[in-house]
Amino acid sequence: MESWAIEVAQAALVLGLAPGLVGVVRWLKARLQSRRGAPPWQPYYELRKLFGKEVVVSRNASWLFRLAPYVVFASTAAAACLVPALAVERPLDGVGDLLVVVYLLLLATVFLALAGLDPGSAFGGMGSSREMTVAALAEPTVALAIFALALSAGSTNLGQIVARTLGDPAAALSPGHLLAFAALFIVMLAESGRLPVDNPGTHLELTMIHEAMVLEYSGRYLALIEWAAALKLLLFFALLGNLFVPWGVAVAAEPGALALALASLVVKLAVIAIVVALLETRVAKLRLFRVPELLSVSFVLALLAVTSSFLAR
Amino acid sequence: MLFSKIFRTGLATEPLAGDAAAITVARELEGRTRRLLGRALAIREVDAGSCNGCELEIAGLGGPVYDSERFGIHFVASPRHADLLLVTGPVTRNMEVPLRKTWEATPAPKLVVAVGDCARTCGVFRGSYAVVGSVDRVVPVDVFVDGCPPEPADILRGILTALDRQAER
Amino acid sequence: MTAETAPLLCLLMVAAYLAGAAGALAPLGPRLTRIVAAAGAIGGAVAGTVLATVVLVGGRPLVATVPALLSVGGGLALRLDGLGAFFLILVGVVAAPAALYGVGYTAAYQGRYSLRWLGAMLNLFLLTMSLVVLADNALTFLLTWEAMSLTSYFLVMTEHERADTVAAGSWYLAMTHVGLALILTAFVLLIPPDGGASFAELRGAAATASPALRGLVFVLAVLGFGGKAGLVPLHVWLPRAHPAAPSHVSALMSGVMVKLGVYGILRLALDLLGVGPAWWGALLIGLGAASALIGVLYALMEDDLKRLLAYSTVENVGLVFIGVGAGLLFASLREPAAAVLALAAALYHAVNHGVFKGLLFLGAGSVAHATGSRDMNRLGGLIRTLPWTAACFLVGALSIGGLPPFNGFVSEWLLFQSLLPAIGSTAPLVAPVMTLAVGALALTAGLAAAAFVKAFGITFLALPRSAEAGAAHEAPLTMRLAMVILAVLCALLGLGAALILPVLGGIVAGHAGLPRLAPPLTAGPLLLPPGGAASMSPSLVAIGLLLAMGGAWLAVRLLAARGLRVGETWGCGRLGQTPRMEYTSTAYAEPLRRVFAELYRPTEDLAIEVHPESRYFVQSIAYRSEIVPWFERYLYAPLVGRIAAWAARARVIQSGSAHAYLAYLVVALLALLAISLAWSG
Repeated sequence: MESWAIEVAQAALVLGLAPGLVGVVRWLKARLQSRRGAPPWQPYYELRKLFGKEVVVSRNASWLFRLAPYVVFASTAAAACLVPALAVERPLDGVGDLLVVVYLLLLATVFLALAGLDPGSAFGGMGSSREMTVAALAEPTVALAIFALALSAGSTNLGQIVARTLGDPAAALSPGHLLAFAALFIVMLAESGRLPVDNPGTHLELTMIHEAMVLEYSGRYLALIEWAAALKLLLFFALLGNLFVPWGVAVAAEPGALALALASLVVKLAVIAIVVALLETRVAKLRLFRVPELLSVSFVLALLAVTSSFLAR
Repeated sequence: MLFSKIFRTGLATEPLAGDAAAITVARELEGRTRRLLGRALAIREVDAGSCNGCELEIAGLGGPVYDSERFGIHFVASPRHADLLLVTGPVTRNMEVPLRKTWEATPAPKLVVAVGDCARTCGVFRGSYAVVGSVDRVVPVDVFVDGCPPEPADILRGILTALDRQAER
Repeated sequence: MTAETAPLLCLLMVAAYLAGAAGALAPLGPRLTRIVAAAGAIGGAVAGTVLATVVLVGGRPLVATVPALLSVGGGLALRLDGLGAFFLILVGVVAAPAALYGVGYTAAYQGRYSLRWLGAMLNLFLLTMSLVVLADNALTFLLTWEAMSLTSYFLVMTEHERADTVAAGSWYLAMTHVGLALILTAFVLLIPPDGGASFAELRGAAATASPALRGLVFVLAVLGFGGKAGLVPLHVWLPRAHPAAPSHVSALMSGVMVKLGVYGILRLALDLLGVGPAWWGALLIGLGAASALIGVLYALMEDDLKRLLAYSTVENVGLVFIGVGAGLLFASLREPAAAVLALAAALYHAVNHGVFKGLLFLGAGSVAHATGSRDMNRLGGLIRTLPWTAACFLVGALSIGGLPPFNGFVSEWLLFQSLLPAIGSTAPLVAPVMTLAVGALALTAGLAAAAFVKAFGITFLALPRSAEAGAAHEAPLTMRLAMVILAVLCALLGLGAALILPVLGGIVAGHAGLPRLAPPLTAGPLLLPPGGAASMSPSLVAIGLLLAMGGAWLAVRLLAARGLRVGETWGCGRLGQTPRMEYTSTAYAEPLRRVFAELYRPTEDLAIEVHPESRYFVQSIAYRSEIVPWFERYLYAPLVGRIAAWAARARVIQSGSAHAYLAYLVVALLALLAISLAWSG
């Protein structure tokens, strides 16, 4: 019973923290631009405002347009329930492994791409086409990075991967793990629409990938999609943090261990947020047709990760 | 090297100055709108035929000195995402319908702030064959900001007045 | 009950198909002909499915011989074991909706093409497919295989007034007979010198044959059956023949007939030949990975909806062969649990593909029936005028994209899990081969999702791109019902994975040195691949998704503002929206076309016409781009050219003189006599 309580609490925590994480990254970027910037909890105000606004729907859009925000939000939330953010022993641990998480996020991407095509605007089609290109090219990297991790853990089950590294701390510094981390970091930038792949703050439609698909959305639909995007960012950060640096994740269900898990999660998210903010300030956006080159670099890293994991056995 | 320069510069944001006389409130503001949009405002800027002088000033709003983001204001690309339309320019004949369509594409509740002398009185273009008239003739305006071009601080104050907020810092 | 009902059901199945064929040829009115043909096919399909279920559940194979029917080669011998029963279920499950669909679909052929011939051929096609999996000796197998190819050829040639259909039929006929020659050689090589050609005897002969002979038989089988299945490089008939056939026939060919190629390899390699060396599995994995990538890459570039689906069949067959190859590899490496999982995953993907590809072809047929066009650049906006077709096609597209919680996702997950143990294997070269296979599998999955977002999005969403698309009407009841049945089946196959997987494990157990009792593959609602702690439950994932969606909807309904207003699509204030402003199918795939330009080598032709008075005023721009598939350009075009050149030279034999032909007959007869004397001597 109490493991279910932990599961629900974890899901609620992840849902609740997601907009804050986006706000923190934005706040850091503002400070790095010598601006004061909005406070880190600004996205909460934005979500509240969006839920209070009316929705304008194109007359060319179909039921898919109105269904898509719910599917996007639900699949990202379902993936959030499967990721070990706080604890390893969860009742839902066996329901889905890392591959299921990746495919649930792909489901969200597919529905968003379809919703971009629905109103029949050129921007939506362009964003949809680019988004599917990037998603398709990132898939092999993700699969190989997962396999590099699974190779040392013996399974693609998330709890098992975390437990393995906890049990063998030296494995965290193995070349296989480090290379897989680098590969997944690049994929994270691509999938969550961060520089150098996509600029989340751009107003130029021809430079957009993710934003172009949501240009038609407003009000509560937009709020759901923005929240799902923030949740996806947090999930990637949590995976990068908890799979590769799992110390702090609660192995037992005691309140002390859980409090420590919460604190370590916050610290890991903050560290990765700082790195991402610094990176986004430093680099410029890549041309769209240079993005496959970046993704093939990450593919090679993942391939090397699998090879070195295999050799280290 | 970039980061060392960032650290040496520090925070460049200045406290908001500006002249209250440049701002005119055109319509009564709804309390509900104020409360909903007060903390997080999305602005879509519409150029209805301006000479771009006002645009240059508006562009400064996002920079470190004026930093509109500290008030919870950010600029968006699509009017579907917007709460406030920032309109500049005398409305030219070619831009009359697009301006109207932009306003219709924005979800309620929404506000309009017209920036510059052209937006209010057509400025130096008054009487031209290519001009329709003040922005108020095409879309309902909430606040006018005078100036040719107005100071960025005045523009920012105008936006905050539309939200009925005092500039805190 | 099972001992008597099985032969009865078999007779019933054969009788139903024959009755359907005969009834279709009878001089009834067109409407009655369509109904009778469909009724026979549905009856046979249902009988076949029930028969297969009885055999699977009962555990005892059905055996029947009719030696009097043919006196050479051991006569007609039939046997239905677990493996055959599985494929018989696949036949029945796709055939029944397809036949139902045909009632409404073939109404458009009335007056133009022969409905009688179509109905009769359909029933005979289904009958011969069912008999292929029942065959228990080489002669029966080859006869039914050839009959299956011929009946499907006639079905492909239904719309024979179109030039591309005739060309497609020719390619199909040629390649299927090349395959038949290879398969025939494979069987003949296995026949023991003294005995007959029943499968039991072949099994015994294969066990004692030399490794070189076994290897040769295996390679011949891969080429022969692989050609039927659509394995690269023998896949080129598929993108021609499947679109040319009527849609319910395409559904059957793509969904079922290519799986009989898989059945052939499984029967020959797993059952008759038994455990082989590791390179057998590696060969299949390599060919499978190549097929998967090539299939999906060309599917992405297609603008013709049915050709896209045909290339996607090549891709999915590649995935099935990756599973089969992995199973054979693990069997040869003496890892039975992993082998069982890999083969079960391959079978699962085979049946899943049959169902969702059938559904997609039926949907494409409905689109073609409504708009008269298969070109996606002329479609669009059909989600409003064809709501049922759109919803069913969406289910099919999500399934084939491998998205949770549908069936495609489950079999792809199982394929991934079955490849995982190999990456840690210490046998030489296994690990790198498997790693690349995993990479290829993942890339295929991502590209397939992109291809089907394009297929569904461009065809059904946004505004109609042509007048025909705007004037579309929904399909008649029989077509709609058939699509809904298959869509529901897609969902059930995904949600019921925990019930289906053990059955598949049981089917592959006992072959090729695998243990008689399959390892437990499930634990309650969880799928549990052996050897790892990974598990997954598609049903629980589906429940979770529905709960999350419902919860989000409820929360939004209660807490958020309710207003909704309909307006124009935002286009930066432009004055109107026309379909020309939408993305086209070619445009959608353009970024990937650039990324893979080295493979595609598109030819581009740009012609700009300027005003005669000034070259700064452009009157028209014509852009033409074409992609010639790799194998066709570098392998088949030179090959066909070479053969045509030889044929031209060989034409001198056809002198037109009757004396010369008589002389040829005498010489041939003398030569055959000499050979048979030498053979027996």
